[in-house]
Amino acid sequence: MEQKDKAIEVKGLVKKFGNFVANDNLTFDVYKGEIFGFLGANGAGKTTAMRILCGLSMPTSGKLRVNGFDVYRQNEKIKASIGYMSQKFSLYEDLTVAENIRFYGGIYGLKRADRIKKQELLLENLEMPEIKDKLVGSLPLGWKQKLAFLVAIIHDPKIVFLDEPTGGVDPITRRQFWNLIYEASSRGITVFVTTHYMDEAEYCDRVTIMVDGRIEALDSPAGLMKTYNAENMNEVFLQLARKAKNSE
Amino acid sequence: MIKFNNISKSYGDIAAVGNISFGVEKNELFGLIGPDGAGKTSLLRMLVTLLLPDSGTMEIAGLDVVRDYRKIRLMVGYMPGRFSLYQDLTVEENLQFFASVFGTTVQENYHLIEDIYKQIEPFKNRRAGKLSGGMKQKLALSCALIHKPEVLVLDEPTTGVDAVSRREFWDMLDKLKNEGITILVSTPYMDEASRCDRVALLQNGEILSIDKPQKIVEKEGQRLWKVKAANIYNLLTDLEKWEQTKSVYPFGQFLHLTIKGESFDRGVVHDFLIGKGHESITIEPDFSGIEDVFMDLMTRQKV
Repeated sequence: MEQKDKAIEVKGLVKKFGNFVANDNLTFDVYKGEIFGFLGANGAGKTTAMRILCGLSMPTSGKLRVNGFDVYRQNEKIKASIGYMSQKFSLYEDLTVAENIRFYGGIYGLKRADRIKKQELLLENLEMPEIKDKLVGSLPLGWKQKLAFLVAIIHDPKIVFLDEPTGGVDPITRRQFWNLIYEASSRGITVFVTTHYMDEAEYCDRVTIMVDGRIEALDSPAGLMKTYNAENMNEVFLQLARKAKNSE
Repeated sequence: MIKFNNISKSYGDIAAVGNISFGVEKNELFGLIGPDGAGKTSLLRMLVTLLLPDSGTMEIAGLDVVRDYRKIRLMVGYMPGRFSLYQDLTVEENLQFFASVFGTTVQENYHLIEDIYKQIEPFKNRRAGKLSGGMKQKLALSCALIHKPEVLVLDEPTTGVDAVSRREFWDMLDKLKNEGITILVSTPYMDEASRCDRVALLQNGEILSIDKPQKIVEKEGQRLWKVKAANIYNLLTDLEKWEQTKSVYPFGQFLHLTIKGESFDRGVVHDFLIGKGHESITIEPDFSGIEDVFMDLMTRQKV
């Protein structure tokens, strides 16, 4: 595959905290437009790796390119070209929906005219134009998360990182959220997502499972289920994660 | 053992819990199943005397929760949704602190927490704030049990925890049940309902259904088709637009499809999908699980 087809390239990523090796020689690629699932037990090293890919932390060693930018020398360019959303933090609760869009639009460098146009499209997409002037804090969790995702991609980033975006959300809204992910992916946005819901792992194009700082599996869900003779991703995960020494 | 009688609670305009009544039997493992905002945390905080209801009463072992709150606090072990132990005390210090506050010692009830504590004992001199998520969970559980409570209340103990650790946690709860403890646990994970003796499905401050999980599925569930095809996204959009579709939801690699009307005819579904040009079609009969039922009840609740 030519370099331009890869959204993320990781070769030999190592991250140490003192003597503790959080990421142990990770090597993988993520292709443009892919929905890439990043799974692992707690303590496996997922968050550490994700922070490095977002430009929030430096590797100890290894080669990494995100959107073609080098992680060591072009850190700020990486941050400008990605979107990010997590379960713990999405939007400012004490600002209205419109104010949040204006704020994030500004941070991502959107011109006023673009921002207004995107805001209209975004609210149309959610079929909720009336929430524009409501405080985000007053919205149900499911709406907040959907909104946060659309705001995270408001600047049409090449990659969006989602850190357990559907934790605690009701089962219907969870699926609506994944519809939004599918749409983004079909528009060419690469989606890098971590989740503890194993059914969601099956929505991904490819999935990697980290155990004790290393990648123990990397394949499509169908491929993994075949290799491990499993009926679903939950069984695959249980087989792999049980071997972990670091997990608690 | 535990009774909720017409409990209501609002926060300003938001009605968190609306006139809820149910009971938990002695030594039952009872699950409150529902997403964030359903009212689970409000109910549990009221039960463990941390929050006053707007109306209604609650009882534990015949004692009124509001009037006899001091006695209630001695009988209950509580593990809140967020880690709330002392971050700058070590594992061992936290455990000793909780034991002393309840007028007991770690040694006295050690057998109760032994299986759990053994897993974090190697880290007993580490400050609680420096523990990983899974270890914090085990410490919090140990501290909630150290005074041998009759009732254990756990608020979303498995949220944010991986599938292996979740399974192990529920294995621990099974063992605690064998010690005669009544356990009330809340969770947003639908699949955990099957690990409970009985569950209450909760959404928007109301109980959608309450019974043994298998009984809820028998009563509210229906036959459905598990459908798969080469392009699952197109499959989903086509079925969403089909006028015969009652509901269609992704469940991992399959879609769960229910059809309007009484007939359950595979041929009708197959013909429709062939007509839309789908390939590698799989259509298998199946029956609702707890998650299917929850979503169906949610949809009916909105009406």
